[in-house]
Amino acid sequence: MNIPTSIATMLAGILITLLSLWYGQNHGLMPIAASDEATLVDGLFNTMMTVGFGLFLLVEGTILIAVIKFRRKPDDETDGPHIEGNIPLEIVWTAIPAVIVLMISVYSFDVYGQMGGFDPEAAEGMPGVTQVAMLGGDEMSAPLIDPSQAHPKPHHHMMAVGVGASPDRAGQPPDLTVDVMGLQYAWIFSYPESGIVSGELHVPQGKDVRLNIKAQDVLHAFWLPEFRLKQDAIPGEDTEIRFTPRRVGDYPIVCAELCGAYHGSMVSRIFVHSEEEYDAWLGQQVAMQSASPDTLAQRLDEQILALTTPLSDEEFLAPYAHEVGLTAASLESLKGATPVLNELLSS
Amino acid sequence: MTQTDFPTTASPDGGAHSGHHGERKFRDYFTFNPDHKVIGLQYLVTSFVFYILGGVLATAIRTELATPASDFVSPDTYNGLLTLHGTIMIFLWIVPAGAGLANYLIPLMIGAKDMAFPKLNALAFWMIPPGGLMLIASFFLETPKAGWTSYPPLSLVSGQVGEGIWIMSILVLGTSSILGAINFVVTILKMRIPTMPMNKMPLFCWAMLATAALILVGTPVLAGALILLAFDLFAGTAFFNPSGGGNPVVYQHMFWFYSHPAVYIMVLPLFGTISEVLPVHARKPIFGYQAIAYSSLAISFLGLIVWAHHMFTSGTPAWLRMFFMIATMVIAVPTGIKIFGWLATVWGGKISLNSAMLFGLGFIAVFVIGGISGVMLASVPFDIHVHDTYFVVAHMHYVLFGGSVFGIYAGIYHWYPKMTGRMMNEPLGRIHFVLTFIGMNLTFLPMHELGLLGMNRRVAMYDPRFADLNVLCTAGSYLLAISTLPFLFNAIWSVFKGKPAGDNPWRALTMEWQTTSPPAIENFEGVPVLKTGPYDYGLERNGSQPGLASSDTPALSGGSPT
Ligand code: HEM
Ligand SMILES: [Cu+2]
Ligand SMILES: [Cu+2]
Repeated sequence: MNIPTSIATMLAGILITLLSLWYGQNHGLMPIAASDEATLVDGLFNTMMTVGFGLFLLVEGTILIAVIKFRRKPDDETDGPHIEGNIPLEIVWTAIPAVIVLMISVYSFDVYGQMGGFDPEAAEGMPGVTQVAMLGGDEMSAPLIDPSQAHPKPHHHMMAVGVGASPDRAGQPPDLTVDVMGLQYAWIFSYPESGIVSGELHVPQGKDVRLNIKAQDVLHAFWLPEFRLKQDAIPGEDTEIRFTPRRVGDYPIVCAELCGAYHGSMVSRIFVHSEEEYDAWLGQQVAMQSASPDTLAQRLDEQILALTTPLSDEEFLAPYAHEVGLTAASLESLKGATPVLNELLSS
Repeated sequence: MTQTDFPTTASPDGGAHSGHHGERKFRDYFTFNPDHKVIGLQYLVTSFVFYILGGVLATAIRTELATPASDFVSPDTYNGLLTLHGTIMIFLWIVPAGAGLANYLIPLMIGAKDMAFPKLNALAFWMIPPGGLMLIASFFLETPKAGWTSYPPLSLVSGQVGEGIWIMSILVLGTSSILGAINFVVTILKMRIPTMPMNKMPLFCWAMLATAALILVGTPVLAGALILLAFDLFAGTAFFNPSGGGNPVVYQHMFWFYSHPAVYIMVLPLFGTISEVLPVHARKPIFGYQAIAYSSLAISFLGLIVWAHHMFTSGTPAWLRMFFMIATMVIAVPTGIKIFGWLATVWGGKISLNSAMLFGLGFIAVFVIGGISGVMLASVPFDIHVHDTYFVVAHMHYVLFGGSVFGIYAGIYHWYPKMTGRMMNEPLGRIHFVLTFIGMNLTFLPMHELGLLGMNRRVAMYDPRFADLNVLCTAGSYLLAISTLPFLFNAIWSVFKGKPAGDNPWRALTMEWQTTSPPAIENFEGVPVLKTGPYDYGLERNGSQPGLASSDTPALSGGSPT
């Protein structure tokens, strides 16, 4: 073994360090960061990329150099040196990774805390009363429970999981709460305070937003790539995400848990508005949705259409809109799932 | 030159040295035969057939994903292809291929005549074809469509027949795996020649001990989960079915209690393989024998307490997320010990860059990328972003394809001369390596970026802004499909036309090389005596070997030609 004392080794070490420091900041692999949480996660990711890239260069470099430098000559039948090990060296390469992963763990722990992962409120949370019905599947399997007979299950978790309030907001109610319902193959957002229902999520910039996430039929996962946030939607167990959108714009909402054939088309958009814009949108929705009851059915149809019409790109969803199986009937079965929707449907 | 003694006088039957002793007939390989070498080859060939099938499915998946729209197969069919691809690759390729190597090698490496329970061994193998055929039959009835993880409630509503077949098949294959593992443990612990203490065993045996422990602890839990799932599916119970008050998250815990260890079940045998391949072709002892041996056990133990890292975004409370994050991070330490030990083994050696070595070094080069992304995934805040995305698909294939498949190829190129008595063709082997290496990276490297940008996994249709990177992945997968051809041709052609290998073409020191190629029916004549350690390269020809049974025959290092 070459003990790393030679000048060449030192230069290689410096080069690897500089390269990884540079790459860790300039990899450009992440999408836009649209929330405070995203900035935190990106800092963590950059650090891991720095360390990881350094390790990558070290290992691949060692292999390449070994292959070039230590090739057997064609007629050389002798063995290499008999070296069985080197305890100090082995201690070094046990200790260094141990310290690295310890540091990454501590850093991750810290980021998770700042994001609100340890919010005790989230852990006590709201008792979920999601009713569950199987939809869109094979009728002969899995007994269906009529939603009207559904009642809170004894097993039902009183504890919500997910990402709660960031420490500086702990104990304070969020500025805005939205109920999110995942079903094959759409997301439905209801705003309990203003009584509106939407197929897209609209939030005001800079406000502390809490999403109560439920699932109607099978597992889904609510993912906001630009916000680096994801939480499974679990039938029978409510979960939550609390975050602060920072950057005005609209971004994709993706379902990240296999939920059936059209899982890939279960997408929506989140719109981050300035406060005035948000108020304007809210006003408009309230006016529209408090129209006379006989237009309600029609509005529901519009909702359904909104859920399944092409989003960012016509090619993306258009071919499946008529196939995805989200019908008025399946929306009907949502009755009772969220109080707002319930009201809307029964009024 | 030999490390084992063949007491010629003690030979049980007169014709022992004729070279025709113990030849196998071709048809023996199609029968219920208790010989571990037959069984080993049965495992390897059968699993390779399933690998080709799994690869065809992968190619179909990638063809669908060449364009954003769902235009090659229906989205429903896509989920069927995906589920079968994952299930076949895991339960019918990597796991049985590892068992195949173990079956062939363990008795030879420890100087035994066969496994401890030869009939049980044959039974374990013969459960695989029905289990596999059952799964394939689902093509014609109804494919399972809920992914290889089969999470309820989706698995309860996506088709009873397909899901039922899937459960039955996994139960059969899991049982086979358990029976195999019992054999490995008992054989390694009880059947070593008296002159071989544990710490003179080849490292492959240590790795298999660690693997078998995981199989024995984990697989019954999976079986339990699947039986409960079957009750929910057929009998209307509600263990996991939320519409009857069941809890789907409990299934996830039970499933991953097995299926996380399963990734070590898939990779540890190949860790062992790499520890055998590198010293031989670098002509240098393995660096840090004990560290590598015990790190297998450490990985095995830690592998049992990290399962919930697959559930960070599920119904997993914060404190559990933190516990499993730290436990998972710790696994990087024993894994690092192995990787650095391997690097130090080849460093300063005399490297023959043949096909076995290319795949051996390729294994490290590619596996380390999966290891690095694995540590990233262990970090809860980051995993929240990339869980269930193409970043995970990339990670998993760097580990499973780059790790396990490269390791299996390294093992096949290395032990083929022993198994068949003939060499494989070198130029074809190198072409195979180059195509596989490029194809592998082209297919899976861009997937990291896809996941980070927002592409979820298990989708038949995706946002058109991801189209370009997906075209790269699909091109890479076609290259991978092609890369299999030179290997297939080589492996079949060399059985008949390969250069005769002799007993020990690599001048290796482990015991399997000290008998004929292919080995006679009972492996060794009499009980061999250990003369050198498995990795004593570079020792003086007639120098003393510390800690070894003394003998007046000078035990040679692999240096002198036969
Ligand atoms: C031959 C080259 C291969 C290609 C091109 C390939 C490609 C793919 C693709 C595109 C997916 C779908 C990912 C998703 O949507 O979630 C996938 C899934 C998967 N692959 Fe492969 N793969 C290959 C080899 C392997 C190997 C050797 C293994 C070894 C175990 C493997 C194990 C898996 C597993 C476990 C899944 C997940 C299936 C599921 O989500 O249910 N693949 N593969
Ligand atoms: Cu989905
Ligand atoms: Cu795991």
